[in-house]
Amino acid sequence: MSSSRISIRKEQRPPKLIDEEGRRVDGRRPDELRPVKIEVGVLKNADGSAYIELGRNKIIAAVYGPKELHPKHLALPDRAVLYCRYHMVPFSVMERKSPAPSRREIELSKVIREALEPALFLEYFPRTEIDLFIEVLQADGGTRTAGITAASVALADAGIPMRDLVAAIAVGKVEGQIVLDLCDIEDKYGEGDMPVAMMPSLGQITLLQADGVYTPEEVKKALELAKKGIMKIYEVQREALKKKYIELKKEVEEEYDKK
Amino acid sequence: MTRSEEIISSLDRSKIISLLRKGIRLDERRLTEVRPITVETGVIQKAEGSAIVKLGNTISIAGVKAEIGTPFSDTPNEGVLIVNAEFLPLASPSFEPGPPDENAIEVARVIDRGIRSSQAISLEDLAIIPGKRVWVIYVDVYVLNHDGNMIDCSSLATIAALLNAKVPKVKVVGENNVEVLDEWVPLPVRDRPVSVTIAKINDTLIVDPSLEEEKIMDCRLTLTVNEKGQICAIQKGIGGSLTLDEIYKAIDIAEEVAKGIRDALPPLPDLKDVVWVVKEEAKEKLESEAEDSGG
Repeated sequence: MSSSRISIRKEQRPPKLIDEEGRRVDGRRPDELRPVKIEVGVLKNADGSAYIELGRNKIIAAVYGPKELHPKHLALPDRAVLYCRYHMVPFSVMERKSPAPSRREIELSKVIREALEPALFLEYFPRTEIDLFIEVLQADGGTRTAGITAASVALADAGIPMRDLVAAIAVGKVEGQIVLDLCDIEDKYGEGDMPVAMMPSLGQITLLQADGVYTPEEVKKALELAKKGIMKIYEVQREALKKKYIELKKEVEEEYDKK
Repeated sequence: MTRSEEIISSLDRSKIISLLRKGIRLDERRLTEVRPITVETGVIQKAEGSAIVKLGNTISIAGVKAEIGTPFSDTPNEGVLIVNAEFLPLASPSFEPGPPDENAIEVARVIDRGIRSSQAISLEDLAIIPGKRVWVIYVDVYVLNHDGNMIDCSSLATIAALLNAKVPKVKVVGENNVEVLDEWVPLPVRDRPVSVTIAKINDTLIVDPSLEEEKIMDCRLTLTVNEKGQICAIQKGIGGSLTLDEIYKAIDIAEEVAKGIRDALPPLPDLKDVVWVVKEEAKEKLESEAEDSGG
């Protein structure tokens, strides 16, 4: 139940989440994304890795594998097992979060895995395991979707064959309006949150969750808006991947020229 | 869940798929037909509320226990609702004893989301002494027999048990004391959200998947619909993917089917004039006198 802790970092609900001019708490328009930055190959030990900043979200994803699976009886004869762990570090949020996995983190690990599986050719690696670790270093609303965005880049960086990247963003309802990419305050005080992940080139939705109340028309509007945001994120993902390999190519060419 | 139990013969798989192409299901249901539902409430006398729900051969039992506890620090003026789901080992050869796994946690959290979003229970009515004492309502749902679609069956059982639940009125004595009275009142349930799970097999959408259908489904989409026909929770599950058009179609199906499912539930309680917390009269008098003298 409640702790007797007194929180030292107090946060006030802003009087209005969207002002008269249609600006949100951080000055954005309803259909505007926060600044996104993705870096590829940030961890040398991992087979693939990516770091994402979406607004104040800071999330790192790493992939190990395909590798031998232990214990062996869990291996699947026809495909690889994707293991996914979404975790928030204790200092990533206002009030310290216990480092042990919460029910929320267990559910999110499951839906994130299920959002990425459709994009992977797991059948190319029978009897193996692919490990995916997502660490949320700082949370600012939309961590599961930013985590998926980073994870899919990390999987591509690890050289796992994929049908498409998976790009994700949350939409939601704030002051009765459908808005793109909720920040922490909007997530907390808004009326609803709807995380969406998609394989953009294939037009396939791989994650869809929602809380809050929506008419069927609002759900449609939200999904269309999510799709727009996802297309922008997709572009950033592809640029980030290209950038790493263009640099790598340059390095190799320079080495070659020296010889 | 062990993988071996999830295996289905390719013969059965192709049979289900070829039948679906003709719009027929293995158990002869229509694509948007839900299995027969029975709801029995008040089955456990020691619980504050309870219900057994059968959805075809899938059975869930839900029990409500209430206690007086402390509120969460971020919602000091609201009661607490905790939904927990477990798959019992007696329910299926593939379930094993142990704490709830990710599947059970997912079921509990999807049910919880539907109740919270639709504000099915007005938790502010369950605050006793704001910031200090509130009603804590536990709903524990147990799957007794798994024959597919545990989410919808367990969600129905949860709502039915909440509709069935009664708690005693309480009286606040002095600053911090709570006295439990003899009069029992229904919980402040003001909506009956209904979850509708739709499975996608190849390119066909079906409602209320059976166990065999679940074994071969590409993915599922659970849409929770409130009394006003609004969507109040969504969860896509299992790998696989959906197009936007498939999602829109699923919403139409859920809207259409939800009403019929809700009819199986008991009606909303009459909450007119119901109070959950009474303040000590003497204190009120003192306060009004104080106000009088102050004015």
